[in-house]
Amino acid sequence: MNTTMERLSPWLFTIGMFVLWELVCRIFKIDTFVLPAPSQIFQAIGQYWLPLGKNSFVTLWTTLAGFALAVAFGIVLGIIVGWSRTIYRGLYPVMIGFNSIPKVAVVPILIIWFGIGVVPAVLTAFLISFFPIVVNVATGLATMEPELEDVLRALGARKLDIMLKVGIPRTQPYLFGSLKIAITLAFVGAVMSETIGANSGLGHLMVQAGSNFQMPLVFACLIGLAVEGIAMYAVFAYVETYFTRWAFRSSMSAAA
Amino acid sequence: MTGSVDIGNVTLTYRGAGGDVLALKDTRLNVRRGEFAAVVGPSGCGKSSLMKLVTGLVSPDSGKIVIFGDKVRGPVKIAGMAFQNPNLLPWRKVINNVLLPLEIVEPHRRKFRREKAHYREQAEALLKTVGLEGFSERFPWELSGGMQQRVSLCRALIHQPALLMLDEPFAALDAFTREELWCVLRDLWQKLGFTVILVTHDLREATFLADNIHVMSARPGHIVMTKRIDLPRPRDLDICFQPQFTDIVHELRAKIAEVRKA
Repeated sequence: MNTTMERLSPWLFTIGMFVLWELVCRIFKIDTFVLPAPSQIFQAIGQYWLPLGKNSFVTLWTTLAGFALAVAFGIVLGIIVGWSRTIYRGLYPVMIGFNSIPKVAVVPILIIWFGIGVVPAVLTAFLISFFPIVVNVATGLATMEPELEDVLRALGARKLDIMLKVGIPRTQPYLFGSLKIAITLAFVGAVMSETIGANSGLGHLMVQAGSNFQMPLVFACLIGLAVEGIAMYAVFAYVETYFTRWAFRSSMSAAA
Repeated sequence: MTGSVDIGNVTLTYRGAGGDVLALKDTRLNVRRGEFAAVVGPSGCGKSSLMKLVTGLVSPDSGKIVIFGDKVRGPVKIAGMAFQNPNLLPWRKVINNVLLPLEIVEPHRRKFRREKAHYREQAEALLKTVGLEGFSERFPWELSGGMQQRVSLCRALIHQPALLMLDEPFAALDAFTREELWCVLRDLWQKLGFTVILVTHDLREATFLADNIHVMSARPGHIVMTKRIDLPRPRDLDICFQPQFTDIVHELRAKIAEVRKA
């Protein structure tokens, strides 16, 4: 009884939220232009499923492309930063500075460089999401037990041996933990860029619908974004537990 | 059976942000091949520095270290090490944790892939001697602290080192497990005949296991007393309750209390 309730509760809460929303809109007779009721939104989804689907797909692949770049670049930079304390200390302020720049401010520059289209969206997704990956990979390497390093160095291990045998495997839970954060950020970046300057994607569709005063469609886009965001998070949360089961069991649970 | 571990007038300074710390000063220590030596002393006396010096991880400011006739110039490769924390790799099964040194140290490194079956057999045999038969396919988190420490000992010994360096290996264990592991170490040492340098806080542990106990002073550390333990071998745990054993422990204790005050 209790476990079935627990399993059903996310669905019940979601449905409950929509029901409450619908009731509020009807009881207080809220104008569609201010806040469309869920029934109107779902109607819009039914009506515009084709453009919604197409644009969702564009947002999805730009997000994933930016995210893939971020993973590749983040792992490499993370290993470089985590390799030595000198590099770590040298690069850290630069990275913090870069990360503090609101990426909205960068999008217009990207549009000037690459024109309106998917490229700025991919790059924004990349720029906004690589930082947590770098930090986590570097942390995983930097927190390696010094005694274990001693054991291996006394055997004549080179730095590369230690990295391959201990450092990089040890970084896995940190890396996979950061992926689910990075994918959400990449998604935010892609949509942000689409709302500023693009000719496809959910962000673009939302802006267009807004300027046509089609509020139900705007909200339909928002729901599309939420669904896509949840799906991507869920995928990477699963990937994390699948690849790093040992870390959830062992005492080394810093990343859990 | 010639040669010994010879630490001659070694001085070591750590350069830190808060100024230099003199860790060891004119330390002299000699351990014969096959001997079980223990180093005891107050905390912060530089016992761990001694470990790093002997294994070649740091080099002294002055003085020299000779191991079995060869001067130490870099990582020695003939030493196995174990620490208070077992430091097992949680993503590797027990057997692969034990085999780790063979993937690093020459000449095993070159042959490792080809002769993996042979090496596995060796590791299984070693695990059996420490009472871990049948645990090779488990992960470290499935083992108790004492069992993990046994695995750590196996890892330190798998490449058949001539010298075993132990830095308070049993300090984190409960009293019963600790005594159990003393016997495990005693049996391994008697069977395999390596040289041991055991750094410890536990005077009973040192007296039970060692041939010679070296007492270190507070920082800057140097050896202030060497006590020969003439208790007959093989030693049994019962010996810990005999008067000659407790006399030795008391004597060491008094000496350490004295150097702590100084």
